[in-house]
Amino acid sequence: MDLILTEEKQTRISEIIDRELIKNGVEHVFLVDTAGNLIVEKGNYPLEDVLPLAALSAANFGATAEIARLVGEEDFTLLFHKGEKYNLHFTKVGDQFILVILFGKNVSLGLVRYKINKISDDLLNILMS
Amino acid sequence: MAFIDLAKKEIQVKIVYYGPARSGKTTNLLYLYKAMSKNVAGKMVTIDTKGDRTLFFDFLPLNIGKIKDLSVRIQLYTVPGQVIYNATRKLVLKGVDGIVFVADSLRVQRQKNIESLMNLEENLRDYHIDINTCPLVLQYNKRDLLKANFPLLSIGELEEDLNARFKAPAFEASATVGFGVFETLREITKITIRSVARKLLG
Repeated sequence: MDLILTEEKQTRISEIIDRELIKNGVEHVFLVDTAGNLIVEKGNYPLEDVLPLAALSAANFGATAEIARLVGEEDFTLLFHKGEKYNLHFTKVGDQFILVILFGKNVSLGLVRYKINKISDDLLNILMS
Repeated sequence: MAFIDLAKKEIQVKIVYYGPARSGKTTNLLYLYKAMSKNVAGKMVTIDTKGDRTLFFDFLPLNIGKIKDLSVRIQLYTVPGQVIYNATRKLVLKGVDGIVFVADSLRVQRQKNIESLMNLEENLRDYHIDINTCPLVLQYNKRDLLKANFPLLSIGELEEDLNARFKAPAFEASATVGFGVFETLREITKITIRSVARKLLG
């Protein structure tokens, strides 16, 4: 599926990400498609680091989907990597998109998951409209 | 899956370097990465094994300036060539917009080239992409070895084996020396952008 993102959609998505995640202390948020294209990104990380992160996130999710199939699951809908300073949370949004959230110790995993539940449907509706 | 961001006036396309094991796919990307300025080439990511064989893929983002009003961002990927890694190859092909098939000119690799091209066609078909209509460029790599008297396939033989059906643009190249690498990239970029623009913008 090809995608054209209009300025209006881009603004609406950015506003949601900013309001619900960045303003709550999350370091960086980006939305990629399953082919590795970076759709929207917001936060403090430099773009040159976000681009490979986007490609690797899509690949990571793709590989995990294969693992899921091998154990008889259709898909794993979220992934979580815990680090010393930073954590990464990946959530599938619809069939085509992955929401990736980079956050530090100042933000709890519970808050991140709560916010994701709150916004994923809205993000998908905007992307698919 | 091509992506156009009208807010940033940017078009993103995914180009995959495909071909048999050790044909020089990673070497193509490495050459581009080293030869291009940091304004054009972003960070290159490689996921390989200890023996420098690609395990998952290589990735190189390029920002090549503007075509008409749109800035063009290209995501270059390679696939692992080794036969056993087909699941990974297929994963990398997801959402592909253009393909460079890197063929190995060494005569002993003749069958491997043909098998890899058949494998590409099959994997594309699984994504409902027809190889005959997908932007495709062939690169006949390792032509520098001719001087060192290695038994190489002639261009005629390579064309007959791999390109008789497609009549796609094809380039002689040496990814280690660097000739033909930019020409290949330029051509695949041109035809991919043209195809994506036609598809998305009408």
